[in-house]
Amino acid sequence: MSKEGKEEHGTANVSRRDFLRGGAAGAVTTGLLQRISGAPSAMSGHGVEGPGAMSMKLKVNGRKHRVELEPRTTLLDALRNHLDLTGAKKVCDRGTCGSCTVLVDGKPVYSCSTLAIEARGKDITTVEGLGTPERMHPVQEAFVDNDAQQCGFCTPGFVIACKAFLDRHPNPTLEQINTGLGGNLCRCGTYAGIRPAVMQAAGVLKGGTNG
Amino acid sequence: MADYSWPEASKRRYIGKSVSRLDGPLKVTGVAKYSYDVNRSGMLFAKILRCPHAHARITGLDTSAAEAVPGVKAIRVTQGVGTEIKWELDEVATVAAETEEAAEDGVRAIRVDYEVLSHFVTEEDRANAPDQEVAREETEGDPAAAMASADVRSKGFYGIAPITHCCMESHGQVCEWEGEDKLNAWCSTQAVSGLPGQFADKLGLPTANVRVITPYMGGGFGSKFSADRWGIECAELARQENAAVKLFLERDAELAVAGDRPSAYATIEVGAKSDGTITAWISESWGSGGISGSRGSPPVPYVFQVPNRKQTHHSIVINKATARAWRAPNHPQACFLTMGALEDLAAELKMDPLDLFLKNVSITGPRADTYAEELEVGAGLIDWRRNWHPRGDSGRGPVKRGLGLGLHTWGGRAHQSNCEVVIFPDGNVEARLGSQDLGTGTITVVAMILGETLDLPLDAVNVRIGDSRFPASGGSGGSTTVGGVTSSTRRAAVNALEQLLERVAPSLGVSADQLEAVGGRVQVKGNPARSLSWRQAAARIGPSPMSATGKNPGPGKLSDSGVGGIQMADVSVDVETGIVKINKVVAVQDCGLIIDMKLSESQVYGSLIMGIAYALCEEKVLDPVSGKMLNPDMEFYKLPGIGDIGELVVHMMTGPEYDKRGVIGLGEPPVISTGAAISNAVANAIGVRVPYMPVTPNRVLEALERGGAA
Repeated sequence: MSKEGKEEHGTANVSRRDFLRGGAAGAVTTGLLQRISGAPSAMSGHGVEGPGAMSMKLKVNGRKHRVELEPRTTLLDALRNHLDLTGAKKVCDRGTCGSCTVLVDGKPVYSCSTLAIEARGKDITTVEGLGTPERMHPVQEAFVDNDAQQCGFCTPGFVIACKAFLDRHPNPTLEQINTGLGGNLCRCGTYAGIRPAVMQAAGVLKGGTNG
Repeated sequence: MADYSWPEASKRRYIGKSVSRLDGPLKVTGVAKYSYDVNRSGMLFAKILRCPHAHARITGLDTSAAEAVPGVKAIRVTQGVGTEIKWELDEVATVAAETEEAAEDGVRAIRVDYEVLSHFVTEEDRANAPDQEVAREETEGDPAAAMASADVRSKGFYGIAPITHCCMESHGQVCEWEGEDKLNAWCSTQAVSGLPGQFADKLGLPTANVRVITPYMGGGFGSKFSADRWGIECAELARQENAAVKLFLERDAELAVAGDRPSAYATIEVGAKSDGTITAWISESWGSGGISGSRGSPPVPYVFQVPNRKQTHHSIVINKATARAWRAPNHPQACFLTMGALEDLAAELKMDPLDLFLKNVSITGPRADTYAEELEVGAGLIDWRRNWHPRGDSGRGPVKRGLGLGLHTWGGRAHQSNCEVVIFPDGNVEARLGSQDLGTGTITVVAMILGETLDLPLDAVNVRIGDSRFPASGGSGGSTTVGGVTSSTRRAAVNALEQLLERVAPSLGVSADQLEAVGGRVQVKGNPARSLSWRQAAARIGPSPMSATGKNPGPGKLSDSGVGGIQMADVSVDVETGIVKINKVVAVQDCGLIIDMKLSESQVYGSLIMGIAYALCEEKVLDPVSGKMLNPDMEFYKLPGIGDIGELVVHMMTGPEYDKRGVIGLGEPPVISTGAAISNAVANAIGVRVPYMPVTPNRVLEALERGGAA
């Protein structure tokens, strides 16, 4: 709920895809999409993509996938419905709760509020790409050790957010955890386990790739 | 006769220890597949068109444009022309399409005409409610006379808003038919064994033809015991289209129509002798469970059975979807109303509320000694005697600090449960139960009981739950699961072991009763030299697996009911902004014999955070003018974040006196008194009661304006 935490998730300029999905205002929609994807503006009449399904490549967890998606399809729906990567969860579907958090070029984003076409050509990492039950990432291991999960539905998003947080804060203070992880919500109430889990993971990762 | 009793404390290998949740690695890596994650080949996505009015009649409905939307496969009208809709976002029609996007397009393309009717959603406004009834009226002793003769009286108003469940995994399911008369349904449910009958009844099938599968579950908190109308529509669409259909509620619907916790408002008068002995209670309360009116009533006075008491509760009917069980139904409301009134009485008496509670602990019933012990433990953990001050922090500056407390009770009697334990010839062991793990740790505690009974490492046992084909277990509600599944598993495992020992006995040259399972071996009692490895022993079974069942025999054997807990809160309140900050919350809880200490503590930590949520943040806000829910999203339906919870301290009561009662559920109790403790701490800090919960900044400022001492 902290402002700082939200900013860390740095989602794209357009976060209300309900607006994008409105569909009726096709020209406006396309215009916005062009701006996001860096292509020429629809106003100039060049390079318009969509609104129908189009072929695009997504690089997820090191693997390239070719998918047929409408430009309005979110990265979250692309992952869950088209690639069967269901680790990222759909919860608030509106850029609030963080359960859909994935890494795009190393930065955490709310994939429910990111369009799949925005993520073309970028490195997407989901929780499935971080570790496996047999070979867990130190953050995942710390979540298990500290019981930083109950129902587990917010957990994949939290794990990704913690990983990204530790990349930037290899020696976190409690205060930094409290603000830096404020962009993820849990209903079961696992924050008491997440705090020591982040500390444990920081200890294990120290001297590693972060910082 | 087999001995099913729990092992002595000195002989326990797992019970009472801290074991990490066994499904943890699957959840943190995203491997765990929740119902929402199930993707089937050729699956369709369904979305629901909902009524935007709180009260309306459908006068026209045209689906033709929606049918023409590319990708739309089927539309079912749930409530057609002529239907009177009685709450906002009730279902009108359901669209199944090839993609989620097409289903949304389809929903948008349906045209509905409504005749808008008058509504009433202001449940606090009892005087103007069009429909209400007496839900409870109870009198004990002579409350009027006792009140008149009391040395000190305290009278106040208290109100607690409705809140929703806000499950992270929304309500819903994936339905797929096998042939024409068999349904497989992956449901997000708290009642795996109970749901097939509900589907079968509505779909005209034999119950045995419905299979419900829920390996993992993303939160329910009391709201997921029903197949629900949207579940039946999903199954019908799947039948119609001969394809799997996924239907999960959008967040606005999850918050608005999938259940909530009834509100409660009350005027309460309490009377006492000048030494603090509570003598009289008179309360007039009301609240709403939505369109169906009451969902029970708050049992006030809560825990403290005041000798002369009168309670009247009215149930108000409003245009809102019906409430559902919400973690410890009616108890958090009753606790806030009662503990608030008693804290206010303590202020009138100029008495420390801790002393008031201790003074009257004898009228709390069978757990009186437990409460007394817990109050002292809690007081130590929060340093109550040093930090408590009379009402109103007299310190300088705008930030005022205060302490508050509350106590609670819950039954938690074990539900009906059956378990099958299978030992395979290769030594693998498996427990099967038609139960579910809501994140409470069902899988882990079942494995611990298996490991305990067979003396095997936990990685040598396998737990399979979340499938209605397994032996029936009760729904997970009311803190009934852990007692139920551990009792049935214990008995099934003892029975399985007895069978195994019978088979093994001839090869070790003794009778079965001379054998024991110890440390992954089967041996002659006390003689490790004459033994077989578990695997060698299992090989004696023969080519087919061996199976045994066990059933929870009911209370008094392995499980019990009735727990007590106390909580204390330390808060800071900024009287210029009205913002309440949690410094520390302490929970002291008993729950009989603890199976997994780590997961028990997790339950309590989680409860405290949920308690902080309803104490300070969350509230279902209905607009009197439009009848709509104003905050049906997670931006404005507020939950606390990791930085909003302060320091949490959990103390579980353990020892022979607690152990001997057997296993008692823990899901509900610790969520009950958190709100009361926080509200009382705020009153202690700022010198005046904030009568409403959640204690939002505007309510703090309003209370101060009306007459705070701060």
